[in-house]
Amino acid sequence: MTSLTPQNAQLDHIDDHGAEHGAEHPDHRMFGLAAFLVADAMTFAGFFAAYLTFKAVNPLMPGAIYELELPLPTLNTILLLVSSATFHRAGVNLRRQNNERCRLWLMLTAGLGLAFLASQMVEYFTLPFGLTDNLYASTFYALTGFHGLHVTLGTLMILIVWWQCRTPSGRVSASNHFPLEAAELYWHFVDGIWVILFVILYLL
Amino acid sequence: MTITAPQKTAPASPSLQPTGWLRYLSFSVDHKVIGLQYLVCGFAFYLIGGAMAGAIRTELLSPVSDFMARDVYNQILTLHGTVMIFLWIVPVVNGAFGNYLIPFYVGARDMAYPRLNAVAFWLIPPAGLMLISSYFITGAAQSGWTAYPPLSITTPATGQIIWILSVLLLGGSSIFGGINFIATILKLRRPGLKLMQLPMYCWAMLGTSILVVLSTPVLAGTLIMLSFDIVAHTGFFNPGMGGNVVVYQHLFWFYSHPAVYIMVLPAFGLVSEILPVHCRKPLFGYTTMVYSIMAIVVLGLVVWAHHMFTSGTPPWMRLFFTIATAFIAVPTGIKFFNWLATLWGGRISLNSAVLFSCGFIVNFVLGGITGVALAQVPFDVHVHDTYFVVAHFHYIVYGGSVFVIFASIYHWYPKIIGRMLDEHLGRLHFLLTFVGFNLCFAPQHWLGLNGMPRRVAEYDPQFELVNQISSAGALLMAISTLPFLWNVIASAFFGAIAGDNPWRALTPEWLTSSPPPVENWKGDPPLVTHPYGYGTPADEIDLNSASGSDLWRSGK
Repeated sequence: MTSLTPQNAQLDHIDDHGAEHGAEHPDHRMFGLAAFLVADAMTFAGFFAAYLTFKAVNPLMPGAIYELELPLPTLNTILLLVSSATFHRAGVNLRRQNNERCRLWLMLTAGLGLAFLASQMVEYFTLPFGLTDNLYASTFYALTGFHGLHVTLGTLMILIVWWQCRTPSGRVSASNHFPLEAAELYWHFVDGIWVILFVILYLL
Repeated sequence: MTITAPQKTAPASPSLQPTGWLRYLSFSVDHKVIGLQYLVCGFAFYLIGGAMAGAIRTELLSPVSDFMARDVYNQILTLHGTVMIFLWIVPVVNGAFGNYLIPFYVGARDMAYPRLNAVAFWLIPPAGLMLISSYFITGAAQSGWTAYPPLSITTPATGQIIWILSVLLLGGSSIFGGINFIATILKLRRPGLKLMQLPMYCWAMLGTSILVVLSTPVLAGTLIMLSFDIVAHTGFFNPGMGGNVVVYQHLFWFYSHPAVYIMVLPAFGLVSEILPVHCRKPLFGYTTMVYSIMAIVVLGLVVWAHHMFTSGTPPWMRLFFTIATAFIAVPTGIKFFNWLATLWGGRISLNSAVLFSCGFIVNFVLGGITGVALAQVPFDVHVHDTYFVVAHFHYIVYGGSVFVIFASIYHWYPKIIGRMLDEHLGRLHFLLTFVGFNLCFAPQHWLGLNGMPRRVAEYDPQFELVNQISSAGALLMAISTLPFLWNVIASAFFGAIAGDNPWRALTPEWLTSSPPPVENWKGDPPLVTHPYGYGTPADEIDLNSASGSDLWRSGK
């Protein structure tokens, strides 16, 4: 038995219409998020397709530098993969009503996300080319930048969830764990995109 | 889990949602209000886009550029295409009728995500106003609705950036709407209602929404890259910097070819709703209709390069995309013959809705035939970028989608408003539209075959007479709007009272009052398992039955 705040009630779509018909719908929010992530994946697919086509048909202009070092992005890949696991641990602990541990794992996940972003910035500043230097440079920054934007948003979401589950009766709790699960699905998605991006940009 | 929020006990709904006409200007979450918002907003943009079309046809009365300057012509042309596609047809065939009808058809009280639905609508007016106001502030985009680089990179940047921003907003609105439709159709069906019992419009909207969710994001990504080229001087699509313009075309048409189906598949669905009611016959070939829609969805995603046969496309690509495009004629032909078979032997009441639907069938077949012709490389390389293409796609989007929008308004106006439209004015509207439309666009086939390029304000003097005939048709189309406007406004006040079910239809939206109450039904939603169970004598249909399936059974 949990008493929800009015805001939570609004999230559940129950007060949209007259109260007499306000029977609770089944929760389809996760389905909607998944559909949105399919759309988001298609945006990335467009970028990837553009990059691969450029690579196949457009030769690098004479004198242009486009060399990528592997160590830092490999570290980034490990950071994100580990963060997916830590996020999963946070969800498990929330469902066990162990909010303290959940928050610990969330903070660790957010820390890994921030470490990823910092490491990405270090890479940006040490690369021998800039945004407008050549076609590959532009595509590299567009792809990693768009992905970095996703990581930034994801980290913000984690911090919001972290704040909202500070007490067992908070807005995010064992009985209302949708926000955490939504952020988790999104985070796994962003990780998955990074793995594809890592293969296409750095390894191919 | 019990909800003990204060809203539950307080009369939350009236305070949150205005009930009078003001709710149409509010952030309402009622799917019927949002549907009407889409419809009226879309029609306002149709009038604006139509005025631009009038300006274009006026300019083309004479071979020289005398009515407006050339760059103004380019701006008007770009705005006309963008407004008509992104602000009129896509929002109306998807957003307006989808929002109004889909919850009824699945037996739900609203869409799956009512707030997202309202957000999706309210992205449209600001985006549209921003787009049109760019004309008055700095000059609108000049590179056509396709915004091909390098043209879009070299024309004035401000208008192009505003164009990109507003198309991104409209694309976002479209994606939110698409997610909502998919979730509503798949997840919100009334218990006991199977997928293969849904009215055909649900299938059309499911297919359309899949296309929206899969292809619109690609356009968004492409336009972001284009805006980088314009603002940050990257070189994605700039050949001078090693970029590749053809990649833009591929990505653009990956959205914009499915966009044709996003505009026309819902129209297919709407016609499939209208014809059985007024012919008193079941929809012919329900199952093949469903599979045809899904085949068009799949094929529609893999035919985009038939827009690019003159862009240095390699031979294997030409071959593949020609064959794939020709294949689309098969499911489309199945649907066409199914409509004819639905009409065949029916007791057709030839009212305005049916007239517009039949007009759609005629126009769409003509547009479809030229479409198959354009997919053939040997033919396409000669007429590419000529008025033949203009004629072809206007036969699809105007002769197809817009005719269906009018048919749908004649069909559902009694439900939405509760009063009947005037039939005489409706038939006059159809006559003017049909004659005007064909007079305007049929001659453009000839113009294109004889080599008149599209998108240009000036042309060879030998084409003057045919252009003037075409402009006369455009004038008729403009005039045809007047009886329609008078009809929809006057009938709202003076029309005959429609009653709940003036067409004696069996689909669920007619099994409630006109206009329907908030939450669609007093009591439980009906279970309609045979939405097209017509064919019983009128006096045997028990209109007081509790549900559509009862109607169907008692009819037997």
